[in-house]
Amino acid sequence: MYQKSLVELAADLQKGTYSSEELTRACLQRIRTHDERLNSFVTVTEAQALAAAQAADTVIKAGNAGPLTGIPFAHKDIFCTSGVKTSCGSRMLDNFIAPYDATVTEKLLGAGAVMIGKTNMDEFAMGSSNETSFYGPVRNPWDETTVPGGSSGGSAAAVAARLVPVSTGTDTGGSIRQPAALCGITGLKPTYGRVSRYGMIAFASSLDQGGPFARSAEDAAVMLGAMAGFDARDSTSVERPVDDYLAQLNEPLQGLRIGLPKEYFGEGLDAAVGDAVAAAIEEFKKLGATVTDITLPNTHLSVPAYYVVAPAECSSNLSRFDGVRFGHRADNPQDLQDLYTRSRGEGFGDEVKRRILVGTYALSAGYYDAYYLKAQQARHLIRDDFLQAFEQVDVIMGPTAPSVAFKLGAKADDPVSMYLSDIYTIAVNLAGLPAMSVPAGFSNGLPVGLQMIGNYFDEARLLNVGHQYQQVSDWHTRSPRGFE
Amino acid sequence: MEWETVIGLEIHTQLATRSKIFSGAPTQYGAEPNTQACAVDLGLPGVLPVLNAEVVRMAAMFGLATHSTVAPRSVFARKNYFYPDLPKGYQISQFELPIVHDGYLDIELEDGSSKRIGITRAHLEEDAGKSLHESYLGKTGIDLNRAGTPLLEIVSEPDIRSAKEAVAYMKKIHSLVRYLGISDGNMQEGSFRCDANISMRPKGQQAFGTRAEIKNINSFRFVEQAINYEVERQVMLLESGATVVQETRLFDADRHETRSMRSKEEANDYRYFPDPDLLPVELDAAFLEAVRKTLPELPDARKARLVSEHGLSEYDAAVLTSSRELADYFEAAVQAAGGAGKLTANWVMGELSGALNKGDGDITNSPVSAAALGGLLLRIEDGTISGKIAKQVFEAMWKGEGPADDIIEQQGLKQISDSSAIEGIIREILDNNPKQLQQYRGGQEKLFGFFVGQVMKASQGKANPKQVNELLRKLLDS
Repeated sequence: MYQKSLVELAADLQKGTYSSEELTRACLQRIRTHDERLNSFVTVTEAQALAAAQAADTVIKAGNAGPLTGIPFAHKDIFCTSGVKTSCGSRMLDNFIAPYDATVTEKLLGAGAVMIGKTNMDEFAMGSSNETSFYGPVRNPWDETTVPGGSSGGSAAAVAARLVPVSTGTDTGGSIRQPAALCGITGLKPTYGRVSRYGMIAFASSLDQGGPFARSAEDAAVMLGAMAGFDARDSTSVERPVDDYLAQLNEPLQGLRIGLPKEYFGEGLDAAVGDAVAAAIEEFKKLGATVTDITLPNTHLSVPAYYVVAPAECSSNLSRFDGVRFGHRADNPQDLQDLYTRSRGEGFGDEVKRRILVGTYALSAGYYDAYYLKAQQARHLIRDDFLQAFEQVDVIMGPTAPSVAFKLGAKADDPVSMYLSDIYTIAVNLAGLPAMSVPAGFSNGLPVGLQMIGNYFDEARLLNVGHQYQQVSDWHTRSPRGFE
Repeated sequence: MEWETVIGLEIHTQLATRSKIFSGAPTQYGAEPNTQACAVDLGLPGVLPVLNAEVVRMAAMFGLATHSTVAPRSVFARKNYFYPDLPKGYQISQFELPIVHDGYLDIELEDGSSKRIGITRAHLEEDAGKSLHESYLGKTGIDLNRAGTPLLEIVSEPDIRSAKEAVAYMKKIHSLVRYLGISDGNMQEGSFRCDANISMRPKGQQAFGTRAEIKNINSFRFVEQAINYEVERQVMLLESGATVVQETRLFDADRHETRSMRSKEEANDYRYFPDPDLLPVELDAAFLEAVRKTLPELPDARKARLVSEHGLSEYDAAVLTSSRELADYFEAAVQAAGGAGKLTANWVMGELSGALNKGDGDITNSPVSAAALGGLLLRIEDGTISGKIAKQVFEAMWKGEGPADDIIEQQGLKQISDSSAIEGIIREILDNNPKQLQQYRGGQEKLFGFFVGQVMKASQGKANPKQVNELLRKLLDS
């Protein structure tokens, strides 16, 4: 049953083919068998999961099941979960148990979904390979010597390895789409403000957005429907009704206007990845879509702008981890300064420290205008590029990442080359747009992701486009060897 | 050399909301430590601030009342620094785009003239918690009840030229925020405190001197003392050829002196940037118009009205409008006293204030209500009792013995205005004091007062003094 989609599982649960408890036990067994190698979970919440599954079974028996009732999911360890450790992949929060649920947690549990555990991630979501986690790297199920991508590497690997049907992630510069691409699954980063950030531990507040991982666009649609919505506790969430994402899945793509930005197919793109993406585009033509070359001329500003804005916000967001009220505290502090420096020095890893330093510098008196303000201006230019493009096209497509999964350790000591692995995903966060990655082929046995970028609040169209592609392709149905 | 003092004040006013500026936790003062701090106030991972709409309305009221611009768009910014009682490691404040800017306030000086003090800006921010260094041997306790309490920081132009002006300005702001109902102004509880920026320059010079900032002064008296001390200190430095160092200083209320806290070099770089968790505050004309309609009559307007309506002196009107509660009391008492403005003013500022001061009382919980005082004053006006007896009645009212009319009745204090009765008493006094009568008639006219005293004494103070005077004069001179 672990090969079945969420939609199939929900149907089976309602038919009584098996119970949620049986399904949950099957997932737990998969985790026990496979996850020692993958390391995709930080915490497995077996007891809570079984209790939730039993409760879901009662609801199902009473005939009150919704599309997520009884469905197991893995939750990125960045979403606060009442009574369950929320580590954010950091030693700093290794002892942190939130006294409350994030809005996304609340919504999923409220919809009857069964949380199986909390997934591994780059520390505080800072990374593109899941190697910065305090809990060690996650391995890509397609090739355990390669990375799963990051920062939501655990959530992506768990779904790709068929440990769970669906999971949650967060995307600040590509942290859903890039691991989805590298692990051969579907991942959607919604419009900024579509999914509440309340209880989602902040990395860069103006960029962070939660979203789902699934093995198909259809399953992602079900997940997003439950996760999205206005939340009065998040001032940046948007008060706007949530679309019925399933309703539009079967719209034909006849007349769909696809834009291909020339900046996404230039230097730095792995040729095999480019070929796979080109082949996918051909499929869309067959489905009746028209394809236009477009330009996003300020694309080159996105990585530099991002690496000012994101560190600046993170330097401030992570100030609360000071050893005073929660989280890691150094032993026997001699004075206040010592408490701060040792608690933070011991609690944070190198990448987090690097970004705090960069961000602190960028916000310093005398540098603010040259860096932060300039980066914000670049953001406007990048957004305007997209808005202009969306006057001509409905969806922008290109590769999600410049290459397939790279070897563990290959870029760990070279932050700039690591940062460039997000070159196609970052602009979307700076503009606040929705985007999705779907499997579009393989190169050397490793999955290639196709990125689709939509206009604001156009998630339903992205899911429709992804779903239609998945009706004519089977990349998304393939399992990594050893996990079939 | 003659020096000119240049002062600018930053006043921190706690806004009188029921919940905090960015969370739903209550703001009540004096609760057990950390019982009024929710997850947002504690800065737990993942929590987000949500702006309390009430603080925006209150800041807009202040802006409208001070002829300021209420910004159509203002932005919250993060002020980053580490301190144990600052849970998030940053304070949410406003920096480049404050909600209120470019206004003014007129203050009254001792010589009766008035002076205009510019208001540079007023911005919204959250308060920090409190570090408790006592009672935790070698450790520091953190109380986050205050964290997230809404503050309006009101920054003046450097228009103030003396400690007295500073106090007058601070008192005026204090009165204003209480009139507006946006702050309780309670200085003991820290709801109203100020930082003073002080510098000296040779009289006639345009450029400002180097300033020192004195932090966290929480009484009018301390402001005056702190500024006077600081002026003396700076003048002494300058006259001895030394320079003033730009620094932050603390006022020590016990020793009446200011002490260096940190120099400019040690100052934090706050790394302000717009808070990405909060949207800009956008206000339109309709909102401001609606707020304007809720503005109460302001102190200056009310003072002018008291002068014209009740014929009060400028001074009396200024005293009576110094707080909204006092002015409300006065106006209610005048009404109950049948419109006797001057008499009511004298009583409110005299007997009533005296009694309140003695008992450490407050006008809002005066044992003698405005209506009751008015009832007493009515009896003076209609001649039932004399002013002197009225004081006796007031004392009884203060002790809770009932309304004026009951006390007058029960204690038989009604004034004797029956001429024949008064004449009877006078004749008796004249008969009993033949010697004094002879002396008076022999030219010692100052004995007139002796006879008045005797008559009043014999009537137990109840004889109408005016009639006593008239009748006595008539009988003595006949």
